Amino acid sequence: MIAEPSPARFLAAGDTALVVEFGDQVDRAVSDRVIALADAIDARAIPGVIELVPTFRSLMVHYDPLRIGHGELQGVIAPLLGKLGAVRHRERLFVLPVTYGGDHGPDLDEVAERTGLTPADVVRLHTAVTYHVYALGFLPGYPYMGDGPEELSLPRRETPRVRVPMGSVCIAFRQAGIYSLESPGGWHLLGRTPVHLFDKRRENAVLLAPGDKVRFEPVSADVYDRLAEDAAAGRLEIRPAGVSA
Amino acid sequence: MSDAGLRVIQPGLHTTVQDLGRIGSQRFGIPVSGALDPVALRAANVVVSNPQETAGLEIAVMGPVLEVQAESTRVALAGVGARLVVEGIDGGTRESPPLQSTRLRRGDRVRVAAATASAVTYLAIEGGLAFSPFLGSQATYVRGGFGGLDGRALVAGDLLPLASAVAEERTEMRLDGFDLEPASEIRVVLGPQDDYFAPDAIESFLATPYTVSREADRMGLRLDGAPLDHAKGYNIVSDGIAPGSIQVPGSRMPIILLADRQTTGGYPKIATIISADLAAVGRLLPGARLHFRAVSLAEAVAAIRLLEHEMAGLTARLSPIRPDGPDLERLYDSNLISGVTDAHANPGCSL
Repeated sequence: MIAEPSPARFLAAGDTALVVEFGDQVDRAVSDRVIALADAIDARAIPGVIELVPTFRSLMVHYDPLRIGHGELQGVIAPLLGKLGAVRHRERLFVLPVTYGGDHGPDLDEVAERTGLTPADVVRLHTAVTYHVYALGFLPGYPYMGDGPEELSLPRRETPRVRVPMGSVCIAFRQAGIYSLESPGGWHLLGRTPVHLFDKRRENAVLLAPGDKVRFEPVSADVYDRLAEDAAAGRLEIRPAGVSA
Repeated sequence: MSDAGLRVIQPGLHTTVQDLGRIGSQRFGIPVSGALDPVALRAANVVVSNPQETAGLEIAVMGPVLEVQAESTRVALAGVGARLVVEGIDGGTRESPPLQSTRLRRGDRVRVAAATASAVTYLAIEGGLAFSPFLGSQATYVRGGFGGLDGRALVAGDLLPLASAVAEERTEMRLDGFDLEPASEIRVVLGPQDDYFAPDAIESFLATPYTVSREADRMGLRLDGAPLDHAKGYNIVSDGIAPGSIQVPGSRMPIILLADRQTTGGYPKIATIISADLAAVGRLLPGARLHFRAVSLAEAVAAIRLLEHEMAGLTARLSPIRPDGPDLERLYDSNLISGVTDAHANPGCSL
């Protein structure tokens, strides 16, 4: 039995979205509840509910106000909150190849220097963690992941880069991310994965979903090049490595 | 597969394919996109007998020139002050006002003079455009490179595939008295993070006017006006973003988030524009002045009911344009009224 979590708050985001807020911090237990509630609402297929957006600490429920009211929706969701412990969401583990340092990870040396570690230690620490996908946002398919090792925790770069290449594997504080498209960005770039987190040609255009688990596996720049070529040609298929409880 | 289409002769400043948005993929970080002014797109669709959600062209500031490469098609514009100029293959030129259908034939060129009083103009095409939907929508999201035509704005030489290669001759229709003016008073529901602001910030937000700055695009409108002080800092742990969310970052200036908004964000949101007022906010041009008025959720729902009731009744409000001979109203407008009166006075005339 886990300790009783703090009660959820219902907030109105206008007349078409309801926020169910479980906390105001990044917290794995909070995230698990957010994702479990999304699963529970999905399973209920509530008429008038349009779509759900899990975030670090809240679930946004987009709805059609002509089909269901804010109060009514709250009345349907409130009873689900007490049963979230019993909901077990699917859990998928993805192992993503990453080449660290060099042109692909231009901040690796600086991160090592600022944390008092060697670049090899940074890679070892970064690959030792199984990351939890808290949410997707910022870019199509961009995963906000955590929690990274405390030893690597650094604030964002003072000056964001104007262009970060697609596939760049990055960290800020104890979060980890992967640029799913080329974009401006201020996180520290440790390496690059050839896997396309967003690929409009694929049936599942977005690889990851909230609640998924991710590990990084170091590969050489040569292996990266070969896999990147396969990915560009649409031949690199990444499947979840295993289903864990 | 038909190769009927509209050839882009001039693309205009930023012309994109838009529908009512990509619903159901926000949990994957995919923005909704879709028309900035969905009410105008829906009205234009009604005029050409399309389902209201049909994809059309969203036109910003400067309109495109298109050439018909199909046996025939039928189009209608929506946007205050917009005009359609048809240069016929026969050498004749005619003009068509907004919310009026026009049939075009192969070789005709249409020049869209964009709305003067709205940031966006829509061109609806009978039968719609035949782009393959991505995640259920043709809406273009340029930043992500998907939707519509290769996820980008039109360029000269593009061919916009038409879903129907022929538009049968019939009485052309028009929709009169339908308001597509930009908003000046915008109704909001406070929150979800109004508790992140000092009470006098909420007061300033509601009591003082704001101006749309030049930083205005499909993602949002940055406003100028009274700065809004945060009570608990301006960084929050990211949460969801609703359509019309008004976020206030460290600059203390509010930003209205529109069609291409990100799905989640990390700034406190002082208020959310009610769904009934969103389309009129999408019409706002840089320099426009506006003020916010707080309403209850119940008032917001009443407003969207009223709007959707009006939208459901649009088809019934269409009136035919006289198929043969002159359009009476046009004659009046052109100061030919005396001639018409004379005709009535003459018993031999069968007008």
